[in-house]
Amino acid sequence: MIEVQHLRKSFGDVTVLFDISANFYPGKCNLIIGSSGSGKTVLQKCIVGLFQPTSGEILYQSKSILDMDNNERKILRQEIGMLFQGSALFDSMTVEQNVMFPLDMFTKDSFGTKLKHVNEVLERVNLTGSNKKFPSEISGGMKKRVGIARAIVLNPKYLFCDEPNSGLDPQTSLLIDKLIKDLTQEFNTTTIINTHDMNSVMEIGDNILYMYKGYKEWEGTNKDIIYSKNERLNEFIFASEFLQDAKQMRMIDAGHGTIPPTAGANNE
Amino acid sequence: MKFFNHLGLFILTMKGMFARPENGKMYWKEFMHQCSEIGIGSLPIVVIISVFLGAVMTVQTAYQLVSAIIPLTTIAVVVRDSMLLELSPTIICIVLAGVAGSKIASELGNMRISEQIDALEIMGINTKTYLIAPKILASMIMVPALVILSVVLALWGGMLAGSLTGIIDADTYLRGLTMEFVALNVYVTLSKAFVFSILLSSISAYFGYNVKGGALEIGRSSTLAVVVSCIFILLADYMLTFLLLNP
Repeated sequence: MIEVQHLRKSFGDVTVLFDISANFYPGKCNLIIGSSGSGKTVLQKCIVGLFQPTSGEILYQSKSILDMDNNERKILRQEIGMLFQGSALFDSMTVEQNVMFPLDMFTKDSFGTKLKHVNEVLERVNLTGSNKKFPSEISGGMKKRVGIARAIVLNPKYLFCDEPNSGLDPQTSLLIDKLIKDLTQEFNTTTIINTHDMNSVMEIGDNILYMYKGYKEWEGTNKDIIYSKNERLNEFIFASEFLQDAKQMRMIDAGHGTIPPTAGANNE
Repeated sequence: MKFFNHLGLFILTMKGMFARPENGKMYWKEFMHQCSEIGIGSLPIVVIISVFLGAVMTVQTAYQLVSAIIPLTTIAVVVRDSMLLELSPTIICIVLAGVAGSKIASELGNMRISEQIDALEIMGINTKTYLIAPKILASMIMVPALVILSVVLALWGGMLAGSLTGIIDADTYLRGLTMEFVALNVYVTLSKAFVFSILLSSISAYFGYNVKGGALEIGRSSTLAVVVSCIFILLADYMLTFLLLNP
């Protein structure tokens, strides 16, 4: 489990995060949502240790990352996998070399063993046969999947995803969400996902943290969020025309206490 | 004030390189890759520039020096010593600052902007040790080697130009090359090449590694890396010449 306690982060005179406290649980998809500029990425980068918090605590299994020496931090980081918004694949390496890189660096396995493991992971993310392609030769969705493969190849305890669906079509987004959800449950990973994609929120949001202008505004599950009375959260989740309709339906349906049917179901 | 900010950050960046590698084999692989990038990658331009430098030096020295009382072998002596003491180390390193230095800066800058450096950090890799140190070490080996090669090619270019234009025949030129040879001059060449190699690689790596912003900044930092490297190479050139050749 990862615990964040009274986290505050400033860049010079500008404070980006104010007194954030939250718990992120293993085996669950923990989502940090909020509009652009709300501090999601800064929060995530503080948690993984890329940014030093101005004050507050970040605890991995009750041990503060801020109190760890370089060696302890290095060991912890080998238990962390991260999918970056732009995938952050190494341009000069093929898909196979990208995924094999953490194994090359941190294991003493033979090439054959590593290759077998890489192929297994690539199969897991539906990228069989793409081993020899370079990042410039594959699509955005494939890059994300290579990023996931690289992040999970060392079986991390903690998986961080920064906007895994940005720039992807809805179908590919669903595939990525499902993949992350499956991996989280299969390996009991503590997964933290930054997103502002409402489909992801509804599909995989086991534990959701809503950020607004650097503050933690709301916390709950994907079952709670649709009936939340938090105005700012409602503005955020019902921002689209389509979801405005859903909001209207929710208001009508609130008396019955049931979730409104989908648009597709209405048409039938 | 800005200069001191850069100086402080430069020292911190360089200091951060001195850490135990996570996996010696991977670092060796990266070092060999950089040797190839810096050495083989810069070879064509070094060959072209060196041959022409030697040729021009021969023709120009003949124009300025030759008279009835000055022997023709003097042309070869002047070309040899000019190439050894100044032209090969300085000109080649300035060219390398443009070729290899800008490549180092833009490669690291691109890695920074596209979060590849963050990805390495997250994996628990010391990025300064893994990304910067092999580049500087490779530069320290390959740049002096390129400079030595440049001297040889320039002398050959000079001989070729002398023979083709009829200024000086090959035998006289070769005899001149062996006359009044001072071993200290080779030491000066290697000292300069070694110091310049550290300057051009570390300055370029510093500007690339610490890029902030977007794609535009990569170009800016690359240009800045070349300009600053050239200035420091010229400053170091003067200081080394003064220290090593001051009677």
